Amino acid sequence: MQFIKPDININFIGQRKIALFLSGALILLTILLLLFRGGPNYGVDFAGGILIQVRFNHQVTPGEIREALRPIGMEDSIIQAFGEKGKSEYLIRVSKTNIDLSGLSNEVKQSLNSMFGETNVEVRRVEMVGPKVGKDLREKALFAIFYAILFMVIYISGRFEYKWTMSIIMAASLAFGVYIISAIGMSIIWLIAAALLITIGLCWSLRLEYALGAIVALFHDVIITMGAFALTNREITLSIVAALLTIVGYSLNDTIVVFDRIRENYRRQRNRDFAEVINHSINETLSRTLLTSMTTLIVVVFLFILGGGVIHDFAFALLVGILVGTYSSIYVASPVLLIWAGQVSGGGDARTHRRRKGS
Amino acid sequence: MSKKLQWRGLFILIVVAVALIYLTPSLSKTLPAWWPNILPEEKIHLGLDLKGGIHLVLEVQTKRAVESHLERTIEDIKYSLRKARIRYQALKRSGSDRIGLTLIRAEDRKTVEEIVEKDFSNLSVEPGSFSNIDLNLELILSQKAAQHIKKMAVDQAVETITNRIDQFGVAEPDIRPQGRDRILVQLPGIKDPKRAIDIIGKTALLEFKLVDEDNSLEEALKGNIPPGDEILYQTKGEPGSKRKIPFLLKKRAVITGEYLTDARVQIDSRYNEPYVSLSFDSRGARLFGQITGANIKKRLAIVLDGVVNSAPVIQDKITGGRAQITGRFTMEEARDLAIVLRAGALPAPVKIIEERTVGPSLGKDSINKGLKSMIIGGIIVILFMGFYYKFAGLLADLALVLNILFIAAGLAFFGATLTLPGIAGIILIIGMAVDANVLIFERIREELRLGKTPRAAVDSGYSKALVTILDANITTLIAALVLFQFGTGPVKGFAVTLSIGIIASLFTAIFITRVIFDYFIIERGMKKVSI
Repeated sequence: MQFIKPDININFIGQRKIALFLSGALILLTILLLLFRGGPNYGVDFAGGILIQVRFNHQVTPGEIREALRPIGMEDSIIQAFGEKGKSEYLIRVSKTNIDLSGLSNEVKQSLNSMFGETNVEVRRVEMVGPKVGKDLREKALFAIFYAILFMVIYISGRFEYKWTMSIIMAASLAFGVYIISAIGMSIIWLIAAALLITIGLCWSLRLEYALGAIVALFHDVIITMGAFALTNREITLSIVAALLTIVGYSLNDTIVVFDRIRENYRRQRNRDFAEVINHSINETLSRTLLTSMTTLIVVVFLFILGGGVIHDFAFALLVGILVGTYSSIYVASPVLLIWAGQVSGGGDARTHRRRKGS
Repeated sequence: MSKKLQWRGLFILIVVAVALIYLTPSLSKTLPAWWPNILPEEKIHLGLDLKGGIHLVLEVQTKRAVESHLERTIEDIKYSLRKARIRYQALKRSGSDRIGLTLIRAEDRKTVEEIVEKDFSNLSVEPGSFSNIDLNLELILSQKAAQHIKKMAVDQAVETITNRIDQFGVAEPDIRPQGRDRILVQLPGIKDPKRAIDIIGKTALLEFKLVDEDNSLEEALKGNIPPGDEILYQTKGEPGSKRKIPFLLKKRAVITGEYLTDARVQIDSRYNEPYVSLSFDSRGARLFGQITGANIKKRLAIVLDGVVNSAPVIQDKITGGRAQITGRFTMEEARDLAIVLRAGALPAPVKIIEERTVGPSLGKDSINKGLKSMIIGGIIVILFMGFYYKFAGLLADLALVLNILFIAAGLAFFGATLTLPGIAGIILIIGMAVDANVLIFERIREELRLGKTPRAAVDSGYSKALVTILDANITTLIAALVLFQFGTGPVKGFAVTLSIGIIASLFTAIFITRVIFDYFIIERGMKKVSI
């Protein structure tokens, strides 16, 4: 059985302008959305606050819950339906952090009990994160993202280009740049943005074009996934960060398979146009790219549908990330590689694409 | 069969057998009696998000421990100064690291310095900041001593909380210090989180303080609190209509909970209400006798965590070393109070800065839903691979099943914890693990199309795909390892299953399928590869 014919030859590279436009538009949309919303929608983990998941054994409206919370001054909490339709289950979310949070879940519980009757209310989950812990977790997550970027950059620049010295230079300059910035006392968000720019700049100046393509694709995927979260009003929590890093790994995985094939074909067919080699390689690996994405998507879709409310957003992140990751390994990573190769040779003629020692 | 192939087959069988052995304790309810003696009996741990329970992070207010240490030191200094006949105008704590001392005679300064050097090595004498340098002194607590006090406070708090939880009765609690001043408390399977939190969070500082009956409470309430006194309140009435009754008390506690040997719940026969009876050790009993004997007809307030519990009039000298705390307790409240008093006071108050509670029904739901999506997703992937790659697909399916077996065994082997994101990690691995086989099979198909023999096609298919597979998996492994380093609880569980899954998939998808392929091609002389 085959979905993709072996002799398939779609002109992916020819469609790169459309893809560029689409990706650019999605990224721009994400940035606008985030600016408009004033940053990502942080969950309790990062913003601090309290989240209570409560189930009633009869139909209750958000208005009634609000009424029950009025005596303790929490009627302005966010109340949203949760879990399966038809079950009367809600999330109550307070993001105030200037109040004493430690006794709050109990007060909420008592208010609900006195309004609806103790036997009708089940508090299923409480998550309380104090402002200090929220800040710690935020920092921890950002450091995780930062180190993940650092290690992967080192790995792919070394591995793709067989230039381990280069990758060490790269890591050292990255670490140095970040050290300088943190010494100035900039916040971790800027640190990551700077690390990103330094990485791309270094890839550019050290002529690590494969690494550059992979990294651009990787950020593309993560940014668009963040955009999907902003668009659907989902919160960024600790487990979502985990999902994002997994997407980073997955996105690279796909890109590496295509790039490996490009290098292999390029070695054998030096005389062919580089654009053609790239296109041919994408087509050759297309069957694998789609198959793997499909099997992964199948399981993630089931996780999304059947996994229950707690894991829902996590599955959503993976779902979007895998879709975008598959698209980017075809339409983003390779065109970036091609654009760079064209730039180096001073316009269009990619046949002069540099020879690489050892590859 | 060739020797090489035999060895490889044997190796696979051994690995599978070991995995099954590690998994048995988690799967079967009862193990044979001889099992624990020679074989592992560790089960797969379930995280709090699956089992239900409480996760708390407490912050010990270590600054308060240092402050109360300074307060106690002041009492000792007073005693020393009195002995050396040194008179002073003021002696009190200022800030959380120093004591201010104002002398009356400048010539005492040298003696004070000698006393401090000899008896209070933690303190150093510095000139005070006020105008009259000769009379003003500052006794500064050394950084090292402060750090030590803080560390001791955290250690002691961990011990006290552990004691309380042990008496409360929780299976497999996990209580440990975290960072410099935090304590992590994990209590799986708790039914009533509020009670547990109350028991953990209560400082339980029990003090007996004399009521100051020489000065007027009204004056004190206006702001003229006599030196050495303080105002504390007693709360009365039902929730909602609480009244606060003020008391003017001597600041110095005459007896504290330190001298307690026991605290237990008794029932008052008249009102049929529970109360907590306290027994003091011999030193405490002596002290109690002295104090009560000297203050008959005066009132002695029982203060718990800065709140007046009651202030009975001392009728007679109390010699037996017994006292009782009454109040309108429920049976549970009285029991919990007895527990915290028995286990002793926390050296400093703690503050709950993170709380995550998962009810048992939600945990069960999560397991069921996670397993359901895993099984359905897995079956569809298995069917798909079988249809798409025929015989080779079945090999990939076998690899997949073994992969899940190895992940589960790996969790048991490392004593790792399975969390809900961890289950998601396994589900993700089901989708991703077949990737290695897809890469190999696509390569073999390509090689076959070039007209190679089955054996040559399989050979080059595996060898050409190998580098790519390694590359692709290493990037995901990097992500997983970083997550393991920085993640907390559930996320760590995800990182663990993902890492084990990736490593296991290299073994199952590359090594195991290859051995079977070789067996059929080399040994059975398969002419056509069904792929």
